[in-house]
Amino acid sequence: MSEPTDPIAPEPLGGHRPPGRVVDGTFRVFAATGGALVLLILAAILITTTRNAWPAFADQGLSFLTSSTWDVVQGTFGTLAFTYGTLVISLIALLIAVPVSLGVALFVTELVPDRARRAVVFVIDLLAAIPSVVFGLWGILVLAPALTGTYTNVADEVSGIPVLGTLLSGDPISGRSFFTAGLILAIMITPIITSITRETFATVPRAQKDGAFALGATRWEMIRGAVFPHSRSGIVAGVLLGFGRAIGETIAVALVIGSSPQITARLFNSGDALSAVIANQFGESTGTYQAALIGMGVLLFALTLVISMIARGVIHRAERRIGTASA
Amino acid sequence: MIRSRTASRRLAWPALALTIALGVTACGGSSDDGGKTTSTTGGSELAAATINGSGATFPQAFYETAIEAFKAEQSAVTVTYAGGGSGKGQTDLAAGLVDWAGSDSVVKPEDAAKFQTPFLYFPTVAAPITVSYNLSGVKALRLSADTIAGIFGGTITKWDDAAIAADNPKADLPSTAIVVVHRADGSGTTANFTKYLTKAAPTAWTLGTDKVVNWPAGQQAGNGNAGVAQIVKSTNGAIGYVDFSDAEFSGLSYASVKNASGKFVTASLEGASAAVNGATINSDLTYDPLDAEGAAAYPITAPTYLLISTTYTDAAKGAAVKGFVEYILTGGQSLAAEVGFAKLPAELAARALAQLEKVTVG
Repeated sequence: MSEPTDPIAPEPLGGHRPPGRVVDGTFRVFAATGGALVLLILAAILITTTRNAWPAFADQGLSFLTSSTWDVVQGTFGTLAFTYGTLVISLIALLIAVPVSLGVALFVTELVPDRARRAVVFVIDLLAAIPSVVFGLWGILVLAPALTGTYTNVADEVSGIPVLGTLLSGDPISGRSFFTAGLILAIMITPIITSITRETFATVPRAQKDGAFALGATRWEMIRGAVFPHSRSGIVAGVLLGFGRAIGETIAVALVIGSSPQITARLFNSGDALSAVIANQFGESTGTYQAALIGMGVLLFALTLVISMIARGVIHRAERRIGTASA
Repeated sequence: MIRSRTASRRLAWPALALTIALGVTACGGSSDDGGKTTSTTGGSELAAATINGSGATFPQAFYETAIEAFKAEQSAVTVTYAGGGSGKGQTDLAAGLVDWAGSDSVVKPEDAAKFQTPFLYFPTVAAPITVSYNLSGVKALRLSADTIAGIFGGTITKWDDAAIAADNPKADLPSTAIVVVHRADGSGTTANFTKYLTKAAPTAWTLGTDKVVNWPAGQQAGNGNAGVAQIVKSTNGAIGYVDFSDAEFSGLSYASVKNASGKFVTASLEGASAAVNGATINSDLTYDPLDAEGAAAYPITAPTYLLISTTYTDAAKGAAVKGFVEYILTGGQSLAAEVGFAKLPAELAARALAQLEKVTVG
């Protein structure tokens, strides 16, 4: 065995391999296998779903992505209305959840006294433990009917205002709408975004925070000056994770979005989303129809990929600008 | 390596528990060997077998009741039914994943080619699809096919529309907006309902027929029959198609529909049976009771079939499948009414039993 002498762990006189070496080697193998396995599974999922969806792509061509007509009888499978629905409800969810999550994370790290911190964290994490289908059921049985009146009132109040008036209008018959779905998604992704941003805020160096206070900053100025710049990538990572969950959320969305595919700016109208359609229609689908549904799954996958890449690009650019570029 | 005494002691208890558990399951495998062989078919007791099925959810309640009753007669046979939709049942049987399948619809020719073994259709039960509504102040609504097509197609939007008033000369219809409810998920009920409209209102109904159709925007959608029933029940002015057992369960009012003979018939098991009687039975025992002739026929009656392979290589499974189908067509028929399904007319049941001879086992 011609191994170079390792200054840290030299060969013992007995000639046996020290146990640390073996464990180290085994650990390296396991870790490498684990990493390779994850990549392999990801690739396998992508390849098999694309292969199964290929008949629909070949049959429909580009109109699969650009057409908004989903007509099974005629054999037209256009997913634009569903893509629109998925993006709209995810955006609504983010708009509501991000400020709330940031607020909660700041509250937990900066404002809450030490003793109460664990309890608050516990309660928030409990929200993440509620199963998605429970949210969906709560949504259709409690939230949607309760919001029907609110939607009508809000629509009446803002009816004059140019952009807002169109957005916050629609036909809230049963309360199932883009907005209700977005609201429920917001509740579901808040714990995720909160926990990641909370972890990030906790890593802000004490010195920077004390420095800000020493310069006479108020608490909010300290947060803006010391906490946020440091936590930029962490916040984006949390938002991204929340967005990924919102895009893929199936059952809760399927139950409260109203299953009425349409592209409309009126958020109180019913709509439909990619994940909801797959869940609702997969069981009774065959042939090209089924391939089209699988294709929608590939579309979801691609959407999440594109958005994460854009977000990572944004972080990288921002960090390069402030001089703390990371790998 | 030196095994410490604590380590071996720590292993002892789990090992003991595992051995006991294995022993219990091994001994507890055989259930009661049921001395009684009181099967209505008069046949002998079947050998132990497990037969798995999947398919239509429309008749699922009936199949599950029949499976339970069959288990009481043939204790050695285990029958399972997984549901999942007619499409799934057809693809599962084609791939040989299940031993029998339930389907509300006939297999399309291009899909029939994918079956490894040829199969036969066995009609089992039929059930009405109600047109349920929720309109305060209107009790006995009557609708003709063209009106239904107009409502669900989005051309008739208010309850006091002339077409609805023409069907209901004595009723006092309010000017509420109609809220149409359809199925969000792919469904054999949608397929049969739209097939009826294509047949009975060919000019008024333009959306075609399939398990999912391109409904006009602005309608409500529910998951499953229960979902549609829930929306109809909670919204004034709502109308939707719900299968009979779910409509009864939710306490919905449903309309009387004008049949091919010009009579307004309300949804009921008798109306469904009359529709099956009035339908033409094809040579492969499929039939179409939608818009059937007959004064008492309820026009929106949906059939459902069992798909059974023509040959079973496994003798025990084949015998079990034949025994189960035989039970459904004989003793099981009396269970249909209690779960909201109409049993087959005696002649059709007899023809189906005769077709069972074509299934070869072993």
